Amino acid sequence: MKNIFLVSAIFLLIAGCASAPPEDPLEPFNRNMFSFNEKLDSAVTKPVAKAYVAVTPAPVRTWVSNFFGNLQDPWIGFNNLLQGKFADAINDLMRFVFNSTLGIGGLLDIASEAGMPKHDEDFGQTLGVWGVKEGPFIVLPLFGPHTLRDAAALPLDAAASSPWTLPYGNPIVHDEKARYGLSGMKMIDGRARLLGLERTLDEGTLDKYRYMRDFYLQQRRFKVLDGNVPIEYDDFDNPDEGADNTPQNPGGEQ
Amino acid sequence: MTKKLFTCCLLALSAFFAPVTGFAAAGAQAPDELVRKVTNEVLTIVRSDKAIQAGDFHKTLALVDEKVLPHFDFRRMTSLAVGPGWRSANPEQQERLIAAFRILLVRTYSNALTKFRDQTIEFKPLRDNPADKRIRVSTEVRQPGAQPIPIDYALEQTGQDWKVFDVIVSGASLVTNYRGEFAGEVNAKGIEGLIASLEAKNKSLEAEQGGK
Repeated sequence: MKNIFLVSAIFLLIAGCASAPPEDPLEPFNRNMFSFNEKLDSAVTKPVAKAYVAVTPAPVRTWVSNFFGNLQDPWIGFNNLLQGKFADAINDLMRFVFNSTLGIGGLLDIASEAGMPKHDEDFGQTLGVWGVKEGPFIVLPLFGPHTLRDAAALPLDAAASSPWTLPYGNPIVHDEKARYGLSGMKMIDGRARLLGLERTLDEGTLDKYRYMRDFYLQQRRFKVLDGNVPIEYDDFDNPDEGADNTPQNPGGEQ
Repeated sequence: MTKKLFTCCLLALSAFFAPVTGFAAAGAQAPDELVRKVTNEVLTIVRSDKAIQAGDFHKTLALVDEKVLPHFDFRRMTSLAVGPGWRSANPEQQERLIAAFRILLVRTYSNALTKFRDQTIEFKPLRDNPADKRIRVSTEVRQPGAQPIPIDYALEQTGQDWKVFDVIVSGASLVTNYRGEFAGEVNAKGIEGLIASLEAKNKSLEAEQGGK
């Protein structure tokens, strides 16, 4: 736990120092790391996820996804609280209570069906709402694309949304192997849901790294502002027309 | 966290074509009604068609071709993807860019459509004024255990028809996000270089998928 805070503090310190950086100051490092992660994925993570999908019936995979998703809800709710969105925070807490009990330990997401939507929050977003600058873009080994700010929040986010890894999780899941098993299962579940995407990125872009980076940054900014980001569309066929009145983003808080 | 990004991409791409199918049949309907109607129609087909689910590329392509493509404004999309360089391209180059970009998008994202399974789509109320010439229709893709993913469709009225010119996933524009890499190509090798790269990419994909 101490380490988590230490790592976070270091990242935050770096983020604070980096002022007005160029678009992607770490690009050479990032590209290397991106390709390292891809190799690792195709050698290990992807084959394991494929095997998991092959041997597990779809309803069981849904239960697994719901189970891990449920354990994230308290942390999502806490972040809504930190951002001052109290109604959302209560919603998230109620989700956790309903799904953990009536939803059989989180296997079923009955809260969504009952009109309590799942939210998308994490501590990186909370820091953003608090005014912490995102810092340079960085691709982490294993954990992939992040802004420096989100990389700083990552240890907390990862631990808090996998409660069995926290100190108070030990008495709940006694066995060390079981804790590693849960973490591994969570990773496989996440990867399994994305099978096929790597092909789409491969085929759909000329420079995969660049598309991925721009996409990542744009959607992170959107999430921090809860959807209040208008997109401007130029009209390159009509030089007289400047950026016109694009509709305001209607996304709102999900 | 890569995972989250990947989820976004995958769903976005899956839905890239799905929710806008069938506008033509709907005539002068409001864009949001059209998106809703078409989404349901296409997803019904995708979910019930074993061949598409098994990854039958040609069948998926036929579905996309018939239902979806007429409702996309590929000229607008291409110009937005290319960015300021678009103005320096002559009409013939612009046509080749449109053709190449269209093939790239269609081939790639038809594949993604086959991945659509247990997700459900929620339609958000229209926030824009229906009298505007440009409308953003908001949807939200829900999937078990994961955060919902907002997917919006930007449509413009050209003449009688509403046409989609951008798909926005979690706030990220799939079309304008091409601008960075396309501008890189144009800066390094000029417009012709970009066209050549796109055509080469399409050719290599065609060779791969030719057998299927």
